[in-house]
Amino acid sequence: MALLEVTNLDVRFALRQGEVRALRDISFSLDRGERLGIVGESGAGKSVAAFTILNLIAKPGYIAGGSIRFDGQELTTLKPKALQKIRGNKISMIFQDPMMTLNPVLSIGEQMVECLKAHRRISTRDARNIALNKLRQVYIPSPEKRLDQYPHELSGGMRQRIIIAIALLLDPDIIIADEPTTALDVTIQAEIMTLLLELCEKHNVALVLITHDLGVVSQVTQRTLVMYAGRVIEQGPTREIINDAQHPYTQGLINALPQMATPGQRLNQIPGAMPSLANTPPGCAFHPRCSFSMDDEGNPRRDCRGLVPGFVTSGNCHVACHMVRDLVERDPHDSGPSKASQGVS
Amino acid sequence: MSQAVTQVTETAVPERAASTLLEIRGLEKRFPLSGDFLDQLRFERGKLVRRQDYVHAINGVDIDVRRGEALCVVGESGCGKSTVARMVMGLLSPSRGEIHYDGQRIDNLSPRQLLPFRRRMQMIFQNPYASLNPRMTIQQTLEEPLRFHHPDWSRERIRQQVTEVMGSVGIDPDWGKRFGHEFSGGQRQRIAIARALVVDPEFIVADEPISALDVSIQAQVLNLMMDAQRERHLTYLFITHDLAVVEHFGTRVVVMYLGRVCEIAETRQLFAAPQHPYTQALLSAIPRLEDDRPDHIRLSGEVPTPVNLPSGCVFHGRCPHANERCRQEIPELIASSGGTRVACHAVEEGRITA
Repeated sequence: MALLEVTNLDVRFALRQGEVRALRDISFSLDRGERLGIVGESGAGKSVAAFTILNLIAKPGYIAGGSIRFDGQELTTLKPKALQKIRGNKISMIFQDPMMTLNPVLSIGEQMVECLKAHRRISTRDARNIALNKLRQVYIPSPEKRLDQYPHELSGGMRQRIIIAIALLLDPDIIIADEPTTALDVTIQAEIMTLLLELCEKHNVALVLITHDLGVVSQVTQRTLVMYAGRVIEQGPTREIINDAQHPYTQGLINALPQMATPGQRLNQIPGAMPSLANTPPGCAFHPRCSFSMDDEGNPRRDCRGLVPGFVTSGNCHVACHMVRDLVERDPHDSGPSKASQGVS
Repeated sequence: MSQAVTQVTETAVPERAASTLLEIRGLEKRFPLSGDFLDQLRFERGKLVRRQDYVHAINGVDIDVRRGEALCVVGESGCGKSTVARMVMGLLSPSRGEIHYDGQRIDNLSPRQLLPFRRRMQMIFQNPYASLNPRMTIQQTLEEPLRFHHPDWSRERIRQQVTEVMGSVGIDPDWGKRFGHEFSGGQRQRIAIARALVVDPEFIVADEPISALDVSIQAQVLNLMMDAQRERHLTYLFITHDLAVVEHFGTRVVVMYLGRVCEIAETRQLFAAPQHPYTQALLSAIPRLEDDRPDHIRLSGEVPTPVNLPSGCVFHGRCPHANERCRQEIPELIASSGGTRVACHAVEEGRITA
């Protein structure tokens, strides 16, 4: 059984102007020790997906349907108090901006001890020792000194290391990292990513990595979900998605990277922009930007405009695209016979 | 040492004669850190002393921008790349050093004297959410620079010029009546580019113009900037931290660290054979699609503060090749193989090979 199983998750925000559907029919699963990447552009719903796992979406947002099962336990209906025992303990989170996450008026040591004491019956001295140990694991120089320092005394990279140490404090099963390196410089980003990867492997912690950087996803994760306008449009092994993306949007995203074009030549851009979640187009949300929404004779595919694409299996990937479905149906050898796994609705 | 200096001037002179548009010489900028007079007074060993601290943002930078090229300046945050851009535009005045534009010194001109240059050089800023005036319609935003620089133009002529530029950057004429907040980040950056192009400049300073945008939108804006360069024969000074963009967009690259230039090279040359140890580390840190695992050169420590600059080479504290000379003596930019210029004792002495 998978460690975390999200099925048909539906999240909405009840706004005065009407309801905005932030997540539609999201399903995925995560095994123990597995590293999953969630990629997409801003507004695709990747952060909402991560926040929803820990029920961290604030009003007016609410879970309208679907289930999130962690270790066999249903999280969507869990009482706040019971959820408190999982949040930060079994599943911990790393946020984008390290300055926002750390409390500026508490020393690093106080924050770490506070976190330990909230979840365990433990003496302050023991808690400090555990904290010290975790700081060593993330290679913080002179950790004893750091415990008594305040966040503003540390650099951005150092702060993010401390956040990783805090995330690891209670030996979680899953770490959810929401753009953990976006605020950092390239060389620091590389260091933090290596560190995160190393620690996850060493302690067999599963990682959900949310990012817009395909390079990072390719280096760190084993499986990838691609999101667009609140839906998962493609998921599969990271290598296959990077090397052989099936969905036109994923292809477009990868081809738009500067390294995919000849230097000095125009980049392969995707026309248009992602629609806002308040008015997603009917059918496949990507169809207005998609170059495949015409069929071979040059007529617009009716399906793309009217029908939300279901998942088809192509290789080891699951793709929500009418064009890919037609291709797979035409050439059934192309698809794996019964690879459809739990993740697919 | 003296030999090194002559080498630099030798290569620099023919460049200038050929086609140098902008010349930056010995540029320095420090920002005072300790407030006003009373804040600077300290009591030390029973005496009242006045002490001033400075952030040494730029410490002796020489850059040439050649006509028609896209010169990219890369470096991590705090290396001074944006400060260079702002000084070139005259938004900040240098503490020391000179900036020459098309043969004329511009850093000491009065605002009025600077006016004709302002029309020829324009700037695109990082954050299109902040760089557009929220109380102006797009039409007003685009007309303002023309009204300012061409007071003699008729209303009709201004409108015509705006319409033409809107068309060339792919702005719908209907946008004119709307306000900045009604647009997405990519659309706003398009408007900001149109505003820069409307006075028909020859030189554009772009300070991280695509960093705030999504991947698919980044490609659109980069394409737009490259099209504009081709059609209007623009010269770019492009500030960025994204090396993948540099590799694609730049003619030449300047790598900066802590207010100094480490390496200047042709883009292809820099990516094929980076010479400065910092450049090597920087390039190895780019997450590549082909990689299964991050594999980068690990630098020890962090960027030192620009308040107390390290002695000698600014990079020596993190450099795996640093020796005693690096700790003492500031390296000069020296011509190296492949037309590259590197400021590194180890490269000069042949202690490291590219």
